[in-house]
Amino acid sequence: MIKSVILNSYNVLVNMAYILLSFVALLPMVQAFNSNEETGAFILNKNCPPSFELIKRNQKSSCQLVSQYQFYDSVQDRGLGGTQTSLPKHRGGFSPEQIDLGRYLFFDPLLSKDGSISCASCHQPDKGFSDDLDRSIGINGNKLARSAPTLWNVGFLDKFFWDVRATTLEEQAQGPLFDPSEMGNSPEQLLASLENNAIYLRLFSQAFPDQKAIELSQVYTAITAFQTSLISLNSRYDRYAHGYHQALSKNEIAGLNVFRSFVARCAECHQPPLFTNNQIAVIGTPEPEGMARDIGAGKTYNEEKLRGAFKVPTLRNIVKSAPYMHSGRYDNLLDTVKFYNDGRGNAVPEGEDMLLHWHISEPDLTDEEMQLIVEFLGSLTDESLIPSTPDSVPSGLAVIDKQYQIALKAKELKQKS
Amino acid sequence: MSSGKIISVLLVIGAFAGGAYYGGQNSTSVITSSRGGASFSGGFDKSADQKNVSSTTKSAVIKREVEGKVHRVNDGDSIMAAVQLAQPGDTIQIMPGSYHETVYIDKDDIRIIGVIQQGKRATLDGQGKLNDAILYSGNNIVIENLLITRYKGNGIMGQAGNNFEIRNNVIVDTGVYGIFPQLGKNGLIVSNVISGIEDAAIYVGMSDNIHVAYNDVFDSVAGIEIENSRHAIVENNYVHNNTGGILAFITPGLPIKTTYDVIIRNNFISNNNHKNFGAPGSTVGGIPAGTGILIMAADDVIVEGNIISGNKTAGILITDHHNAPNVTIDPESDPVPHRVMILDNLMINNGYDTIDEAKALMLLEFKQGNPDIIAIGAKDGCIINRHRYVTSGINDFKECSFTNTAATQTYLLDEPVPPRIIDPSERGKVVYMGICAGCHTYTGRMIGPPVQIIQALYMDNPQGLADYIEHPIKKRDDYPEMPPQNYLDAETRLAAAKYMLGRTN
Repeated sequence: MIKSVILNSYNVLVNMAYILLSFVALLPMVQAFNSNEETGAFILNKNCPPSFELIKRNQKSSCQLVSQYQFYDSVQDRGLGGTQTSLPKHRGGFSPEQIDLGRYLFFDPLLSKDGSISCASCHQPDKGFSDDLDRSIGINGNKLARSAPTLWNVGFLDKFFWDVRATTLEEQAQGPLFDPSEMGNSPEQLLASLENNAIYLRLFSQAFPDQKAIELSQVYTAITAFQTSLISLNSRYDRYAHGYHQALSKNEIAGLNVFRSFVARCAECHQPPLFTNNQIAVIGTPEPEGMARDIGAGKTYNEEKLRGAFKVPTLRNIVKSAPYMHSGRYDNLLDTVKFYNDGRGNAVPEGEDMLLHWHISEPDLTDEEMQLIVEFLGSLTDESLIPSTPDSVPSGLAVIDKQYQIALKAKELKQKS
Repeated sequence: MSSGKIISVLLVIGAFAGGAYYGGQNSTSVITSSRGGASFSGGFDKSADQKNVSSTTKSAVIKREVEGKVHRVNDGDSIMAAVQLAQPGDTIQIMPGSYHETVYIDKDDIRIIGVIQQGKRATLDGQGKLNDAILYSGNNIVIENLLITRYKGNGIMGQAGNNFEIRNNVIVDTGVYGIFPQLGKNGLIVSNVISGIEDAAIYVGMSDNIHVAYNDVFDSVAGIEIENSRHAIVENNYVHNNTGGILAFITPGLPIKTTYDVIIRNNFISNNNHKNFGAPGSTVGGIPAGTGILIMAADDVIVEGNIISGNKTAGILITDHHNAPNVTIDPESDPVPHRVMILDNLMINNGYDTIDEAKALMLLEFKQGNPDIIAIGAKDGCIINRHRYVTSGINDFKECSFTNTAATQTYLLDEPVPPRIIDPSERGKVVYMGICAGCHTYTGRMIGPPVQIIQALYMDNPQGLADYIEHPIKKRDDYPEMPPQNYLDAETRLAAAKYMLGRTN
């Protein structure tokens, strides 16, 4: 066992390389385990995703989230507070089959008007369930008004879209599906294309055994079910919160303390444990050049005082989902933090009337403190429960249309040059 | 419990029969004595919150069966180093001296006690550079006898700690809030001296069951603020020379939407005429200088037994969200202050230099004089002995059905919020499902080997498995090395191992 130091470090390197290689080699196997699609025999998973417990009641099975946070409580059961605070109520209760059907639907371009894009085109699992774009590109190849929000931990929320115009995931799903500039489909075409697919007919009957025919509501239910399984609660921050204080570096703890200090006040809206308080706020970020002011929730509520209000996004897996803000104005976290530090209303043009949130202040942090916040945000990454991307989907269309992605990149580069 | 309620109900009926108030400005004054009569019995029903209702206690933290270690911090040492060493149950004694650090406590049951020697205190001095002096997120935290000055953020800030006691601290010229427990349940803030704060000297935010007493708060924008909180008593405080004295608010846009069941009683609320130096855009930045008590959108607020004097705008201001400056609107929170209840208070020399809005409201009712009480948008309020005061906006207030709150001593819980006792087997299951199941399934191959294979190796040796997950070594060429699970404590690792070995599917 005893080796020289030099040999040891050499071995460590070799081992690391080996581990990396074996990870790469394993990837197809990981995917193969979860889905049987490579045999062409699409079979819905009868087990709940990791982190969910299968509860059988009245011959119905449903998946319920379990998490170490369930051992804690919170004021008024709202799931907000400090380190050891319970989570908000999770939207669980879907069957394993519904969740797995939702996974196929999520990745299937059949859901768009011309079979060119799927939900996963803008919500890519390896990009924080977003798309690396300031504003997403819809079916017509044009940029949309806003960026694609992350879907991690979305099952805890009750407000959807940047302007909070939907209150359930089912309602939300219909937005992009039928928006002419997003997926561009129509309810009639969507239903027809599913009914004409023998595999989907079978899968829907497995996921919804009580119903005889495919209904659109089942589509929304299944997509919702899948999204509620996207759980990220085992980051290094969480390990710290549960009591293992070595999980964070000295700098990250210092960053946490700036983050939750009443000078920076980040944690007043990005409140643990979800790092969002699930509210809206007017913070007055700049729009991209040439774009008119987006009034956000001011329109949803038809309320002048909420002009320019947007949903407070979660910061979990935030390093994965740049660019930031509703229209992706900032492409890195440090610039995003700087926006807050530059002071109240620094990007609100003259003559623009906005009732800025009271926590938008003049924090006057040092450069070092801003850097510490960014370091801390890196500790909120946990993708251990990332769902597997199917190798194929019932429509037979390409999963996460690669061509589309390449086209996107080309367009980006062209715009930049 | 129930017999007390029945008696109050009978007395309520008596009060109505004895002197119903018929409204109108020219009717005979109804004089109600608060020395007899019914006592308030609405409020907070402790029996609904806890099984064990035994005594009335003035302690909020859980009783220690065994005292832990005492860590002594001497001048020149680091308080934080002691906090890192401390285990739940320990006490940290800080000797007089000057300390420049942010102390954060993410542990339960730690007591931070300054040792005062011949008037010399342990002084936390942020030197205008550090953000907050003390941050805690644990339960059962005590902060006592410190002097805190020159921090940019807060003096003492709680984030979701339950059962806290913050007492006998002196907080001078420290940033935004002096004492700010947020999202906590069952806390005591008592006998602190706080001045020179640019927002609220004491700010109770989104919390339940709070007692604020015997504090001296002055030279700040707001003295004591109860915001989006329930079951709070503010009593026996001296609140002077702030912009606004005592506030009960619903601030719109926060995730917890209500404030109700607040008693503000027996305080001295004097000369709160300080120029408003609140930050632009802050909620308190809109408070007119000279406001004794401000009630915004909060429900069931009782004001009793206060001496409210020399506040130049008004003794008591009551407003809804629509008429408050600097305040946004929240479709999910009710903007109207319901059931403000004003019992006997001594009000003198208020409203002598009031704001134009108050004058306009007075004019609408053809009233003159210096206003004691101005209300706008209040609903279903009540008052006794209204003839004593110059008022506006309370003509529809009824006579209160009770005259005092003597029956309600405190809203602190009789037994503190119980500790988080977690059955190890429960924890084993949760850790298995939340962490292990990310890489292992019962039969199939995933990132790690199947549980069945692990069971075959470790069936009679859960401790061996627990040891392995703490320090995994690479065993199989065809699987990646397992990352260490050393962030779980030994008990949890063993529980997870046992749970994994007991799985049958």
